Amino acid sequence: MTVSQDIFRKALLDAEQPVPSGLLDAQGDAAGTRFSVYRNNVVVSLSEALATAFPLVRKLLGAETFGKLAAIYVRAHPPTSPLMMFYGKDFPEFLDGFEPLQHIRYLSACAQLDFAMRRSYHAADAPPVATKELQDPERVMQARFSLAPSAVLLRSVWPLYDIWAFNMLPSAPKPRAIAQDVLVARPEFDPQPHLLAPGMADWLDKLNSGHALGPATSEILEIYPDFDLTASLALALNAQALVDYTTKETP
Amino acid sequence: MLDTSPRFDTLPPAPGVGYKPQHFADLMDAPGPVAWLEVHAENYMGDGGRPHAQLRALQERFALSVHGVGLSIGGEGALDADHLARLKELMARTQPASFSEHLAWSTHGAEFLNDLLPLPYTNATLQRVAAHINQVQDILGRQMLLENPSSYLAFAESTWSETDFLAELVRRTGCGLLLDVNNVFISATNLGYSPQGYIDAYPLEAVGEIHVGGHDEDTDDAGAPLLIDSHGKPVVDPVWALLDYTLAHTGARPVLVEWDNDVPDWPTLRDEAMRAARALSPVQ
Repeated sequence: MTVSQDIFRKALLDAEQPVPSGLLDAQGDAAGTRFSVYRNNVVVSLSEALATAFPLVRKLLGAETFGKLAAIYVRAHPPTSPLMMFYGKDFPEFLDGFEPLQHIRYLSACAQLDFAMRRSYHAADAPPVATKELQDPERVMQARFSLAPSAVLLRSVWPLYDIWAFNMLPSAPKPRAIAQDVLVARPEFDPQPHLLAPGMADWLDKLNSGHALGPATSEILEIYPDFDLTASLALALNAQALVDYTTKETP
Repeated sequence: MLDTSPRFDTLPPAPGVGYKPQHFADLMDAPGPVAWLEVHAENYMGDGGRPHAQLRALQERFALSVHGVGLSIGGEGALDADHLARLKELMARTQPASFSEHLAWSTHGAEFLNDLLPLPYTNATLQRVAAHINQVQDILGRQMLLENPSSYLAFAESTWSETDFLAELVRRTGCGLLLDVNNVFISATNLGYSPQGYIDAYPLEAVGEIHVGGHDEDTDDAGAPLLIDSHGKPVVDPVWALLDYTLAHTGARPVLVEWDNDVPDWPTLRDEAMRAARALSPVQ
């Protein structure tokens, strides 16, 4: 008559399993569909958490399809931590392998963008580099930075920024048929995606791996002659994506 | 030197509400009868951003109750050491007046099921839950409050009543209790006993906080009433009456209005807090 948590758990996420015997209603009869309250709570609460975390995917699929997808995902991939804010880390990978939605090939990339926004929202605070710190033209090319903890770079073969804007902003144009890199950054509390010009993601990567501004820019210009340093630096600074300004050699 | 001493050592015997970010500006501006706030521990375990900033602002102004929903105190496995460490860090950062968790389980192996799942009231459960409470109190260096669950079914194997089970946990661990009168009303209706009888049998001297909240009404296979703890509606009159009944025995206690789903606008929640203030006034 002992209902172990193992037995309870098996029946909880698999509605095909019988309700464990040893669970009773008010009359002392078998609990029957009363067990469904727990089944329902778990699937609904996890599905709602997923819908909150992946607004772009939900917009693309519509609430009904997203709900059906979520019910499948949450049973197959229940959370592995009580930190529900990070639930769905492997949702992009799941979507990649989910046969019925293979025709929407950019869906996984969109899930990555949603998750990047979530990570950024909860990332550690760090004082951003201010434009006025870079006034000295003698030293600015020696400047070194790191990416802020709230900054996330996404490289996509899809027009990822355009898809996001078309679905999440009023009156944005239709996505163009081009590959787009996106920087998610958090000026204060609300993360924003930014479209990166070709070369800028590599440039930010070089800065983040310890290259000074001058050498990083020269290397990028060799590959991307149209790379615009002023515009790129302005975008990164305004987005508050850069931290840890120094003009010293990093060890 | 920075003053890091807690500003609020105890929850006041006054109304509180479950904190929702959409009410931040209203609470900072005109909290009405609200003297303290409850925050769900896990929502503040990210690394920074708005949740941390809001919590810093709120803790200057309100006594805080940190209410955990993820510790799985009733779990058959060991408590999650990483989660306990995060909780300890949050408590140090927040200096709350109270910490509470649930008589329930939510973690199984590596999985977190995000619901408060029920326990059989047996000697084995008692021993395990008492050990977990002792572990939490040792690590946090403070007393915790334990909340009674909403029950939709009973375990044939149970040998203790819920009230005796809670009293024995208090005796063994020195923990306090969070008495959720909405949960009492739900469980009593679902399992066919008297909610007043439950209060009469409950170790009221250990109550450090009281919850009220809304629930949904359904029926089971046999057509019997089945109430579901939804925290998505106003508190119903029989639950307010059960609060009055309880307060008449306990005297004034901190009373929290929980509203977690379909969160209403601030005036609606403030009105519920006003009603809690009216319930407290005869016993203050």
